[in-house]
Amino acid sequence: MDNAATNVVALDSLLDSRRVWRGQSPHVDDASTQPTGHSALDGQLPLGGWPDAALTEILSARPGLGELTLVWPTLARLTAAGERVVLIAPPYLLYPHAWLQAGVDLGRLSVIHVQGKDVLWAAEQCLRSGSCGAVLCWPSKADDRALRRLQVAAETGQTLAFAFRHQREAVNASPAALRLVLDGSPQQLRVLKCRGGNPPVAALAHRVWH
Amino acid sequence: MKWACIYFTQFALDGVLRNCPDPDEPLVLLHGPIQRRIIKAANPAALSLGLRPEMTYTAAQAICPQFATVEYDEGALRRQHELLAAWAYGFSSQVSLHFDDALVLEVQSSLPLFGPWPRFEARLRQELTALGFSHRITLAPNPVAARVLANAGDSLNVREDAGLASAMRTLPVALLGFEPEIVQALSRMGLRQLSQVLALPRAQLARRFQLSLLNHLDQMLGSKVLPLEFFLPPTTFRLRIELNFEVESTQALLFPLRRLTSDLATYLAGRDMGAQRFTLRLEHREAPTTEVVVGLLAPERDPALLFEFARGRLEPTQVVEPVLAIGLVADELPSFVPQHRGLFDERPQQTVSWEQLRERLRSRLGDDAVYAVGAQGDHRPERAWRRDTPSLALQALGPNRRPGWLLPAPEPLDIDQSRVLSGPERIESGWWDGEDARRDYYVLELSDGRTAWAFQSPAEGPGWWVQGWFA
Repeated sequence: MDNAATNVVALDSLLDSRRVWRGQSPHVDDASTQPTGHSALDGQLPLGGWPDAALTEILSARPGLGELTLVWPTLARLTAAGERVVLIAPPYLLYPHAWLQAGVDLGRLSVIHVQGKDVLWAAEQCLRSGSCGAVLCWPSKADDRALRRLQVAAETGQTLAFAFRHQREAVNASPAALRLVLDGSPQQLRVLKCRGGNPPVAALAHRVWH
Repeated sequence: MKWACIYFTQFALDGVLRNCPDPDEPLVLLHGPIQRRIIKAANPAALSLGLRPEMTYTAAQAICPQFATVEYDEGALRRQHELLAAWAYGFSSQVSLHFDDALVLEVQSSLPLFGPWPRFEARLRQELTALGFSHRITLAPNPVAARVLANAGDSLNVREDAGLASAMRTLPVALLGFEPEIVQALSRMGLRQLSQVLALPRAQLARRFQLSLLNHLDQMLGSKVLPLEFFLPPTTFRLRIELNFEVESTQALLFPLRRLTSDLATYLAGRDMGAQRFTLRLEHREAPTTEVVVGLLAPERDPALLFEFARGRLEPTQVVEPVLAIGLVADELPSFVPQHRGLFDERPQQTVSWEQLRERLRSRLGDDAVYAVGAQGDHRPERAWRRDTPSLALQALGPNRRPGWLLPAPEPLDIDQSRVLSGPERIESGWWDGEDARRDYYVLELSDGRTAWAFQSPAEGPGWWVQGWFA
C-alpha cells in the first residue's frame, strides 16, 4: 500500500511537464528553466526552451551553419551564473574575442581535446558528474546506444547536453529529447522532434532566430 | 595532562598481513641466522596448522610444508611505526615513539576538538581497524602508566592522579614494564603485586635494586616526569612495498598500489596536506627503475581519488621487466584547502566536483587534453588565441565582428562566394617578430549558406583564404 501511495503522481504535474500529452497548444505559459535566448525559437518549443537535463541533438551538413549563434545565449547565461561549460572535440579552434562578444565567460569554459570513442566517454563522464552546466560534444561516430547513454547520463547529472552531428543522421532514430536541423540554403532551422508536443511544421527562417 | 597509549598487540604480523592480498593463507614471520631460523609470529591460519612462535623453521616444515614466510624486518617495522605516528599526529601534536610496538600521545588538549574521550577513543579504534592494526587503547595521567595499563588490558582508563595508585595496586609485577632481571628478582623475593612492592621501604629498594626500578615506579605514579622525545613528521612521504613474487602485469600491482595510496592519504590527513605530485617507482632486477609521475592540478588527499588517479597513470605503463618492489615518493605536498561548497547545493546528487572530474579526464586522456581558452592581445587571428588559463584583463576588443570558429591555419576557399557582406578590414601586424602579416579581411556569404571570414594576401598566393567561420 505504502509503495503504491508514493508512486501516485498528480495528473496535473504529468500534464505540465508534458510527459502525458493530450493535444495541448504548443504554447506554455510559465517560462522554461532553460530558455534558448531566442524568443522566436522558445515560442515554437513545447517546453519554452531546451529540455532540461536531457540531450539535444543539433544536425547540420557541416559546421558553420549557425550552431554557435544558436547556443551562445545559453552558454552566456550559464557561465554568468557560475556554471561550467565543457566543449568536447569541437571542429575548429575557438576565436576568444567572438565568444567574449557573445557574452561567454571564458574562465568558465573548458575544452577537451580528444578523438574517436573517447569523445563519448568524456561526454558521459562530464554529464554524469553533475559538475557542469552544459556539455557540448561533437562525436564523429555515435549510434543509437551511445546517444541513449548520453541521454541517461544527462538525466543522472541534471545537465544540459548538446550533441552536434551530421545531417545525414536525421533519418536515423534518436533518443534525444529535442532534434534540430540547421539548413544551409536557404538558411533555416527545423525542429525534427521535440518531447512534449508535436514539432512545429514551419521552419524558422534564419533572421528569426539569429 | 592525559595520555593515551595505543599498543599494537601483533605489530609485526599486522604490518605484513595488511600488505597481503589474501590474509587467510597460512603465513609466518621468520627471524634469526640462516642456520637456525625461528618463527617470530604466525597468523591464525598458521596457528591452526600447529605452527607456533619460537618453533624452528625446520620443525615447522616437518609439520606442514605449505605456508608462506616473510622475513622479520626491523627497518620495515620502524617505517610502519613512523607511519602510525604520522597518523596519530593528526590527533595530537605530542606523539612519541618512545615505547616499542606502541604510541603514546597527549590527548587532554585534543579533547575539546575530538569530543569526549569515549567518542575520541571510538574514532581512534575505527581508523586503526581500517588501517589493519589490532590494538589496545588506554588512558592515564602519564605516559608510563598508560603504557603499563595497556599491558594489563584493553580500554582501561584512569582519569586522575589520585586514583592511579589504587587502580594499579593489584597489577602483577610481570606486567609493570620492569627489565626481566628485576621482575625475576622481585618474584624470587615473593613480591607478586605492585602493592607489595610499594609497601617496602624506599631506602631498601634503592639499595637492593638498580636505580631504574625506583625511577620507573616514580614515573608510573606521577611523581617524576619521563622525558619524551616527540615525533616530528617528515616533510616528504616515502614508502616501498617489496613484493613476495615477481609481477609482470600492472593489474597485479593494483593491490599494493591501493595500500600505498591509502597510506599516503593517512599521512596527508595527519599533516593536513594534499598531494600535488607524486612518483610511483617500479623496481626491477636488471632494468633501471620505472618511474610513473602522477601530477595533479590541485592538491588531493582522498584515498579513493589518489588511487584512481595513480591507477589511471599506471595502467598504460609498459612493464619492461618483472617488478620486484613498488614504491611511492611524494615530495610536493602543499597544504590542503578543502573545496568550497555551497550550503544549499543546487544539485544535491552532485557527487564529483569539477576538479575531480578534470583529474579523471586528464588521467585517461593525457595531461594536455583539458584546457581553457584565453584571449591574447594580438590582431593576427592565429595569435589571438591561447591555450591556457584565461586572462581576465583583455585588450579592447574593437567593434568588428569576429567569427566563433577559427581555423588553425588559413585554407584556400574552394566554394563560390555569393556576396561580400563587409570588408575590407586591413590587419597588418607582426613586423617585429618576423611573422609579418598584411591581410585584407572580408566577411563573405557562401553559396552553401555558410559565412566565412576570408582574406586576400599577396604573400599567401592568389585567391581567397579562409581564416574562420561565422557559426
